[in-house]
Amino acid sequence: MTNIWNRLRHEPWIWSFLAAIGVWLATIAYTGGQGAGEILTAALSFATFSIIVGLGQMMVITTGPGNVDLSIPATITLAGVVAMKVMDTDSARLLLGIGAALGASFLVGVFNYGLIRLLRIPPIIATLSSSFLVLSTAISYGRGIRIKPPLPLDSFATMRILGIPLAAVFVLVLSIVLAIVIKRTLYGRAVVAIGQNPRAAWLAGINVNRTRFMTYVLSALLAGVCGILLSGFSGGAALNMGEEFLLASIAVVVIGGTSVAGGRASVPGIWGAALFMYLLVTMLNTFGASAGVRLIMTGVIIITVIVLAGGETQSK
Amino acid sequence: MSRSLLRSLLPVISLAVVLGATFYVQPRTMSYFGLNLMLQYAVPIALATIAQMFIITVNDLDLSIGPFVGLVGCISATLLYSNPLLGALALLLCIAAYAAVGALVHSRNLPSIVVTLGLSFVWLGIAVLILPSPGGKAPEWLKSIMALQTPFIPFPIIAAIVIGLVVQLALMHSSLGVIARGAGGNPRAMARAGWSMLKTKAAMYALAGFFGVLSGLSLLGLTTSADAHVADRYTLYSIAGVILGGGEFIGGRVSPLGAVIGALTLALAGSFLIFLRISPDWQIGAQGAILILVLALKAPLTPRDASK
Repeated sequence: MTNIWNRLRHEPWIWSFLAAIGVWLATIAYTGGQGAGEILTAALSFATFSIIVGLGQMMVITTGPGNVDLSIPATITLAGVVAMKVMDTDSARLLLGIGAALGASFLVGVFNYGLIRLLRIPPIIATLSSSFLVLSTAISYGRGIRIKPPLPLDSFATMRILGIPLAAVFVLVLSIVLAIVIKRTLYGRAVVAIGQNPRAAWLAGINVNRTRFMTYVLSALLAGVCGILLSGFSGGAALNMGEEFLLASIAVVVIGGTSVAGGRASVPGIWGAALFMYLLVTMLNTFGASAGVRLIMTGVIIITVIVLAGGETQSK
Repeated sequence: MSRSLLRSLLPVISLAVVLGATFYVQPRTMSYFGLNLMLQYAVPIALATIAQMFIITVNDLDLSIGPFVGLVGCISATLLYSNPLLGALALLLCIAAYAAVGALVHSRNLPSIVVTLGLSFVWLGIAVLILPSPGGKAPEWLKSIMALQTPFIPFPIIAAIVIGLVVQLALMHSSLGVIARGAGGNPRAMARAGWSMLKTKAAMYALAGFFGVLSGLSLLGLTTSADAHVADRYTLYSIAGVILGGGEFIGGRVSPLGAVIGALTLALAGSFLIFLRISPDWQIGAQGAILILVLALKAPLTPRDASK
C-alpha cells in the first residue's frame, strides 16, 4: 500500500484527483450522503466538454513556452453554429454537418498557425486576433433563430448508461487514444521533445514546424468536436457557448499537472482537474455560497492547487 | 533607414495610419472636441497597458488586470465615495496584494499565467461582493479631473504623453528599471550579480498594481458609476497594447512610450470601425483584422530565429 502511494504521489496528475475526491466528499458530507451518485453523473457530463478542449490546449501548451490557443472559445461557437445550420434538424444530414463543422475548425487551426509561422506573431496574440475573426464569422453566419440539433446528436450527447454519460465514454476513448499517441507515436514524442528543447529537437531532425502545425490543427479540431457535442447537449448553438472555455481550458491543463513551461503532458490530469473544477462549483452551491464568495473560492483554490503542486519541478 | 530604427518607429506609424484613416472617414473628428471624445477612453486603457507592461518586463503575464481594474472601480464608487480614508486604505491594500503575488510567484517559481488566472476570479468575486449590481457614484474630484478642458490640446492626449514619458524615464533610466529589465533578460545572471530577484519582482508587481488602480480610477471618472465587469476586456487590450507598442513577451524588451501608443491605436481602431459603419456582426472581427495587419508589418523587420 505504502509502495503504491510512494509511486503515485510523484505522478503530476494525482493531486487533481485527490482534490476532486476531497471536494466531492465534503459535498456529500454536507448533504448527508444524499445525491452522491447524481453529483458524479452531472460532473461527468459537464466535465466532458472541458476535457475535450483541455486535451487540445494541453498539446499546444506542451509544445513549449508561449504556446497557447486562445481561439478555442470562438472555434467552439463556430463549429456549433456550422453544425446546427448544415444539419438543419435533419438526421440524414448529421454526418454532413459534422464534416462541415470539423472542416471549419480545421481551417481555423491552419489560419492560426499561418499567423504564427508566416507572420511570426506570438501565439497568444495570433490566436486572440484570429478568435475575433472566427467569432465574427460565426455571428454573421449564424444569424437568426436557434436551430435544434437532430435527434441522434441530441440523444448521443445526453444519453446515460447506468448513470454514465455516453459522451463521457466517447471522450474517455479519445483520451486513451491521445495518451497512446503522446507516448508511442513519432508525432507525440516530437511534441514533448520540442517542448523540452526546440533547438535540440530541431538538431535531432524533428520537423518542428510540421509538429507545431499539426498541434494547432489538433487543438482546433478538438474545439470543433466540443462545439458539436455541446450544441447537441444544450439543444442548439449559442453565440456565447464557448465563452467559459477560455479560462477552463487553460485551468484544467495546469491544475492537471501539465507543465506550463512545456515538454510534459498529463492526460489523466485533465480528467482530474475538469472533475475537480465542476465538483468545486457544486460544493460551493450546496453550501449556499453567494456568487461573490463562489468566485473568490474558485480563485483561491486554483492558486492553492498550483502552489501545492507546481513550483519546485519548474526549472529552466 | 535601418531595420531596427524602422521597427522602433512602427508603433508610431501604425497610430498615424489609423488616425489618418479616421480623419479621412469622418473629417469632423479632426477637432479638439472630436479628438477628446474619441480618445478619452484611451486613458484608462493606456494605464492598464502600462500595468501589464511592468509584468511583461519580468517575463510574466497578468491575466487578472481587467477584473482588477473593475474591482478598483467598485471600491472607488462605494468606499472611496462614502469614506475617502477607508477607500484609500483599501486601494493601498490592493497594491500590497499585487506585490505579495509577485513575491509568491517568484519564491515558489510559479507560472504567472495560472496564478493571475486564479487571481482574476478573486478580484471579480470581491468586486461582486462589494457591488452586486452596477451602481455606486464616482467621487466628484475624479469626475472633474477626467472632464478637464485643457487649452489647445485635448486632455487625453496630454495625459497619454505624460504617462508615457514618466514611465519611460522611470523604467529606461533608473537603476530599478535597469535591474527589472535585466531580470527579464537573464534572471539568473542578475541574481548572481547580487540583485534580489524577489524584491525586483515584488516591486514590478506593485507598480502594476499601482497603475491598475490609476486605470480603475480614471475609468470610473469617465463612466461615473461602477460595474464589476466593466473592464473584463482590458486584460486582452493591455496585452495587445504592449505587443503593438513593440514589446516582447520574453527578454525584458519593452517600451513604455510604445505601450501607450499601442493603447491609443487600439482605442482609435474601435472608433474608426464605428465610423466605417460596417455591420455590427463584423465589428469585432475587423478589430482582429487590424491587430493582425499591424503585427504583420513587424514580421519582415524581425530577425529570423533558426530554431523556431
